[in-house]
Amino acid sequence: MSEPLVVLTDVNKHFGPLHVLRDINLTIGKGEVVVLIGPSGSGKSTLCRTINRLETFESGSITIDGKPLPEEGKELANLRADVGMVFQSFNLFAHKTILENVTLGPIKVRKVPKAQADKRAMELLERVGVAHQAEKHPAQLSGGQQQRVAIARSLAMDPKVMLFDEPTSALDPEMINEVLDVMVQLAKSGMTMIVVTHEMGFARKAADRVVFLADGQIVEEATPEEFFSNPKSDRAKDFLSKILTH
Amino acid sequence: MTIQLSALSALGALVIGTIVAIFRVSPVRVLRFLGTSYVNLFRNTPLTLLMVASILGLSFILGLSWSDQAKTNAFIWAVIVLSIYHAAFVCEALRSGVNTIPAGQAEAARSIGLTFGQSLREVLLPQAFRGAIAPLGSTLIALIKNSTVAAVIGVADAAGLMAVIVENETGSLPVFFIFALGFVILTLPLGVWFTSLSRRLAVKR
Ligand SMILES: Nc1ncnc2c1ncn2[C@@H]1O[C@H](COP(=O)(O)OP(=O)(O)OP(=O)(O)O)[C@@H](O)[C@H]1O
Ligand SMILES: [Mg+2]
Repeated sequence: MSEPLVVLTDVNKHFGPLHVLRDINLTIGKGEVVVLIGPSGSGKSTLCRTINRLETFESGSITIDGKPLPEEGKELANLRADVGMVFQSFNLFAHKTILENVTLGPIKVRKVPKAQADKRAMELLERVGVAHQAEKHPAQLSGGQQQRVAIARSLAMDPKVMLFDEPTSALDPEMINEVLDVMVQLAKSGMTMIVVTHEMGFARKAADRVVFLADGQIVEEATPEEFFSNPKSDRAKDFLSKILTH
Repeated sequence: MTIQLSALSALGALVIGTIVAIFRVSPVRVLRFLGTSYVNLFRNTPLTLLMVASILGLSFILGLSWSDQAKTNAFIWAVIVLSIYHAAFVCEALRSGVNTIPAGQAEAARSIGLTFGQSLREVLLPQAFRGAIAPLGSTLIALIKNSTVAAVIGVADAAGLMAVIVENETGSLPVFFIFALGFVILTLPLGVWFTSLSRRLAVKR
């Protein structure tokens, strides 16, 4: 495997009495694309959120490029900037234009001069295919367009790794592919990605590895081919039979 | 004088109210507690009481004066009290504005590396102010009405009132403070109850 970028060691997390993450050990190499899959409530979102510390965890360690996650504060903010996150519900800043959504982070966090940030943002918007909407506000865009802007907003920070939490599950079916296409491109360009999704097409096309999570535990890890055609654990077989019949 | 009083107090209320609102949404528990206490205390205390307590109580008895001139002194106290009092309402208006912003936006702001302060300035407050325009408007109207009352009765007559109090110093002040205390004891639980009620009835999204 390539040089490790994100390393989780014995990570445990509770929500009150609920043990959501149990002894998670996961290493993601530079440039690797990992698809996280598992039943609802298995802890996929929580796992993503602990990686950029939107959630705290009680024991174990998470390092990004060799650096452990710092406590809340300026340092953590800087580290978060290195970890892009794309949410199911887009979460664009409603009062800002598309362009401002993309330049906010570079200008405020990376201290990039505005003209330079604008130029870079336009390139990114071009890349995700919404450059002609740059002056509009998020509410004027379709869901698929908003999600592509959200991807551009993350990319503008030049993150080392990108997390996607069900990026297409809030979208109308006809918009899913336009977002997946952008993600496949991104994967091909060498971005390190952790993607929670049930889109098997994406997993087969772009993922190096599928990680199957159930009840807060990693139950199985395999290449997409192997996982979808020949799952080993009963949990995975059961899960796949359910999503395949849908 | 009413206009001057209103303008200065509105400014004060906006500034203090914003700070208290930041306390109330901050990730630090102690600040949240302070913010909540502030709102509960001042929203549930009658303005007249605060007015009289400050001008007569603090200024006259404890000798905390801003100016040698009784009238200027009363005016400054009125600005302070009106600001502090209405800040509680400004805070609540802003907080309701913050509540209209989907929680995901705050997370998105954090995830691109903005600090808490930057998230507030760039993402939360600008939207909170827009969402809070209607309740802020009614707070402003209330403030103007209250300053008018303060200006006409309070400030102008404070000097005269003081003279009256000086004359029959014995007796009246303790009675006044017992009455004040009783009022706070009556209204405070009511406010706390309403807060918990509104929390229970709030629409979950
Ligand atoms: N903030 C929270 N407080 C308490 N419990 C929570 C919280 N967030 C998630 N949970 C619980 O933790 C468990 C894991 O949640 P998580 O959102 O990580 O699952 P998921 O695998 O992403 O599920 P889904 O496919 O439905 O998105 C669930 O049982 C959920 O109810
Ligand atoms: Mg989830």
